[in-house]
Amino acid sequence: MSLDRSDVERIAHLARIAIDEHEVPEYTESLNSILTLIDQLQSTSTEGVEPLAHPMDAVQRLRVDEVTEPNQREQLQACAPAVEEGLFLVPKVIE
Amino acid sequence: MPRSAKRSVFERKNYFYPDLPKGYQTTQLAEPIVGPGFIDIETDDGATRRVRIHHAHLEEDAGKSLHEDFHGMSGIDLNRAGTPLVEIVSEPDMRSSKEAAAYARKIHAIVTTLGICDGNMAEGSMRCDCNVSVRPKGQEALGTRTELKNINSFRFIERAIDTEVARQIDLIEDGGRVIQETRLYDPDKNETRSMRSKEEANDYRYFPCPDLLPVVIDDTYIDAIRAELPELPDARRARFINEYGLSDYDAGVLSSDRAQADYFEQVTKLTQNAKLSANWITGELARLLNQADLSVKHSPVSAEQLAGLINRIQDDTITGKIAKTVFEIQWNEGGSADEIIEAKGLKQVNDTGAIETAIDQVIAQCTAQVEQYIAAEPDKRGKMLGFFMGQVMKLTQGKANPGQVQGVLKQKLDKLC
Repeated sequence: MSLDRSDVERIAHLARIAIDEHEVPEYTESLNSILTLIDQLQSTSTEGVEPLAHPMDAVQRLRVDEVTEPNQREQLQACAPAVEEGLFLVPKVIE
Repeated sequence: MPRSAKRSVFERKNYFYPDLPKGYQTTQLAEPIVGPGFIDIETDDGATRRVRIHHAHLEEDAGKSLHEDFHGMSGIDLNRAGTPLVEIVSEPDMRSSKEAAAYARKIHAIVTTLGICDGNMAEGSMRCDCNVSVRPKGQEALGTRTELKNINSFRFIERAIDTEVARQIDLIEDGGRVIQETRLYDPDKNETRSMRSKEEANDYRYFPCPDLLPVVIDDTYIDAIRAELPELPDARRARFINEYGLSDYDAGVLSSDRAQADYFEQVTKLTQNAKLSANWITGELARLLNQADLSVKHSPVSAEQLAGLINRIQDDTITGKIAKTVFEIQWNEGGSADEIIEAKGLKQVNDTGAIETAIDQVIAQCTAQVEQYIAAEPDKRGKMLGFFMGQVMKLTQGKANPGQVQGVLKQKLDKLC
């Protein structure tokens, strides 16, 4: 599988990453080399091998359901470019 | 009931949207925490329909987007973002909007009884998306479905589905085709609208979450939880019918809400009269609670207060009619039934002499009606008795023992015929 210019532009859009016109060829090349590696992985036979959910052979430890994070509302709101009535303002997301 | 899975795996569902700033939702896909099962619901004709549960999974909630009044911007409330929720996915086994609402009510009764959700749909504690499709009579394959969002009450489940069914039928009959899409229900206009977005289709790029290990629940843990389970609504309903002799309907209503069922059992324990207690709870109490938009948990009249009132009806201290007055005073001002009856002088008149005097007075005043009564066919007279009953009760300010009044009244009137 190989990506062309329009694939890269679409991926950038989905990831909300702004890329310059002149950077596209470089990204295309880098991503394609990653895909070559993936192709190599995919050519390996996995017959009879259980899919792995996690590389560590361990299970999640459970803990008591209690609040452990302090509330940092003021600080967090201070990071945002626009806040009103406790809400974070963003460009309108539906038409 | 669906069964818990021994092992479940969290995945990342990647999407970029301001309601979830970290760019992906932790959810489950291939190995959810609850496997297949079923829920039985009662249909309108009293039959039982089995709705299969495909699975239930754990995932994190997203924030709430508010699109109005922010000078062309959207406001995002992130308080909800990242909090865990259970999503229960049913199979397409419901055949009408009523069945869908019955299913949702059943789920509501179970999760509130378990105490894992307060069940408040208006505030979004419990939400539901309804997938709707239509097909010609006799066709086996289901039609193309649409998914309805923004449904925040049981009533709106029925209305939204009915509206969408009508839209799909019109569309097909006009030669159109249903497109698989998500639609927003607008309760004010009672219509569904396409949430068509200019965005291209999302590719969620699911993959197992590298931060979270698989969750394995052992039998000991499951057994411990099972031992702690409260009596579930279906079991409680059956017990209410067997133990208290309640009607199917009353048992269903009372058992659907744990607090209400508890309230009922408390009242009944004190009155030893399940039917009368059920009538008061599903009648007067429910009426005032609905009016005030309160749940039984926040009822201003406690189970003890209501039981005290019912006991005064049972021992003929007050009439059922006066009891309603006492109940409203309890609701508005508080107090025990005994205190209110004493303070307001509402005791029932059981004194035969006083009742006879009132009846004689009514018969003397209502000569026209008395003549009609005498002229009527004997089998029609029973119905006409109601008028005189009403007059006597009015004269005694509702305090006369209605059983006594009826007996004496009939005797006296029939003597005139």
